[in-house]
Amino acid sequence: MEFRPSDEQLQLVSTFAALYGKESTPERVRAAEPLGFDQQLWSQLLDMGALSMAIDEEHGGWGATALDLGLVAEQHGRALGSAPLIESQVACRLLARAGGPVATGLLEAVLAGERMVTLSPRPPKAGWALLVPAGAVATDMMIRHGDTLVVVPIGDDRVIPENVGSLPLADVPAGEPVLDDADVILAGSAPEAIDLALDDWLGLTAGALAGMAERAVEIGVAYANEREAFGQKIGAFQGVGHPLADMATASAGATLLAREAAWAVAEEPSRSAQLAAMAFAFAAETARDATDVALHIHGGYGFMLEYDIQLYYRRSRAWTNVLMSPAKAVRRVADKRYGPRKAS
Amino acid sequence: MDFRLRESSEARRAEVRAFLEEHMSLALEERVYRTGVSHDADFTQALVDRGWIAPSWPVEFGGQGLDPEEMVAVGEELRLADAPMYGIGTTNMVSAVILAVGTDAQKTEIVPKALAGEIVIVLGFSEPEAGSDLAAAVTRAERDGDEWVINGQKMFTTNAQIGDYAFLLARTNTEVAKHKGLTMFLVPLDQPGVEIQAVFTLSGERTNIVFYNDVRVSDAWRVGEVDGGWRTMTVALTNEHAAGFAAVIDRLLVAAESWARESTDDDGVSRMEDETVREALGRTVIDLEVSRLLQRRVAWMAEAGETVIAEGPMSKLFSSEALKDRAQDMVEVVGPDALRSYFDPSAPSHGVIEHMLRFSLGTTIYAGTSEIHRNMIAQRGLGLPRSG
Repeated sequence: MEFRPSDEQLQLVSTFAALYGKESTPERVRAAEPLGFDQQLWSQLLDMGALSMAIDEEHGGWGATALDLGLVAEQHGRALGSAPLIESQVACRLLARAGGPVATGLLEAVLAGERMVTLSPRPPKAGWALLVPAGAVATDMMIRHGDTLVVVPIGDDRVIPENVGSLPLADVPAGEPVLDDADVILAGSAPEAIDLALDDWLGLTAGALAGMAERAVEIGVAYANEREAFGQKIGAFQGVGHPLADMATASAGATLLAREAAWAVAEEPSRSAQLAAMAFAFAAETARDATDVALHIHGGYGFMLEYDIQLYYRRSRAWTNVLMSPAKAVRRVADKRYGPRKAS
Repeated sequence: MDFRLRESSEARRAEVRAFLEEHMSLALEERVYRTGVSHDADFTQALVDRGWIAPSWPVEFGGQGLDPEEMVAVGEELRLADAPMYGIGTTNMVSAVILAVGTDAQKTEIVPKALAGEIVIVLGFSEPEAGSDLAAAVTRAERDGDEWVINGQKMFTTNAQIGDYAFLLARTNTEVAKHKGLTMFLVPLDQPGVEIQAVFTLSGERTNIVFYNDVRVSDAWRVGEVDGGWRTMTVALTNEHAAGFAAVIDRLLVAAESWARESTDDDGVSRMEDETVREALGRTVIDLEVSRLLQRRVAWMAEAGETVIAEGPMSKLFSSEALKDRAQDMVEVVGPDALRSYFDPSAPSHGVIEHMLRFSLGTTIYAGTSEIHRNMIAQRGLGLPRSG
């Protein structure tokens, strides 16, 4: 057992922590709302290699491990980064795995910063890809069309819905004629490719949600150590201290589980899909509950937009549910562990 | 990072499994449950013969010098099998305290016998009016020449009826702050004035109330300094607070998975096909993994020489609360058959799920309640002010 990241990983973490500390302050997060995209942060992340690190050397990246990506995702979550980091990493890894001229050309363009590609985790419904993560800022969207994985340019006809998490989501036209004429990434096996991408997505989002939960607990603790009521700091009340202790415990567990899931991608591949779903379900519930506890102990101030904790409360719910509810992720754990239900 | 146990640890695990195959049986598991006594002379002797009664101890003291990580593997297997280890656990815990702060005579008298499985040492901490607040103990020890006279009552002294010594927390000074007037003694139980009254608990475990009426104990059996008992207690409790119940959640999971595979619903469909069953199993898998990670982290920190602060309480708190929640869930998911009792011949998975419902309740209470652990996490881990 070794629970400490390597010196190189700790260096990586502190480099990204410094970047987020400068380019993703609460002021900048607010300024990026309601779209939820900060161009300057995104440019800095690209310059830092946040996308190329997710791709192996063979495909023009620098081949960081999934654990390296997970550690960066924690920092992204702590700072509520207003940039489609995980969405883009997941899409790039899918393109690299797919291979072929279309995918390779697109990947090169993405790594060069010329295009931004995302993946719709869901097939289209009545001619629309709905609530596509990063759909409001991406130039291209991959989506399942039967058993084929196609890529379509995202045009001005996309609709950008206001949403609780201020995420750059979009409803994107994806009718039959559009998809029939689209470039093909994978001629078959799209469900399997998307499922693999979902493992990446759940695992990395678990890291981000764990980081978010840890930061929410810190914000709650700081407030409990400062605010006084009935002649003492409110942190002395067990009604305040105990929920924070529970959330600190769950956050520590969420972080450990997210790291184990990321580690398993290279070290224990037979269990990594199960672990990714486990990590996501646990981190999602932890971030949900930790942001709720931390907001609640602020009293009326927690309800005011001026306080940062509401940003965490809203993001935790959006980052989770745009992908998968915790309950659905738990059922995915069972699917990966026991095989899918025969009835389904 | 590396979340695997080292090969040497997995080798220990395999050895313990083989040992349990030979020495642990459903009959022994049932006897432990029916008697409520988690101690068995033959099993203890087999551990002694194998050199495993205190495997973490240094070789020169009769142990095997296993490191914290190897002990994780050993402990997980023993817990998973529900091996009768409670008496050995308390005996070793007190022996470790004696090694740390006891006199040479105590070390010579106690430690070899403990390691030979010849004696059982039990705990006399809690009292009717002192549970979570142990330092409020009022059991008196009054000096009389080179002896002490003990008067009082101790709760939850499990295994007192088979015990040789009680490790007793007693008040020796009422003139000072409550933490500063306590002293620890090793009290031989086979003597006049010691009265043991059985207490039966919801999980089936038998414990006791022990009454001490003018019980005389030589000053030679005092452990640590006079009025320095709280420091001695701290040595003992630090080990206790690092506990975790991951392997017990594993026991629940194994029973539930085997039930789900083997039983069918009214239409003859495997219960493993049922979404609510799968969700309950999935949650158990997750809580098991988190409990394992929190518990293993404590062992890793000990090995890395890092100071464990809130991490031990986090492990105990999370795993016990999770065990309770998951056992409750599982009973509801299994349905009426979950009501069939542990070791009733009609019970699914020989009733382990039903037993876990009852067993889990104690885990959130003994060795420090969840509330005590939340206080420790809040104050030591998060730096919140002491609660008023």
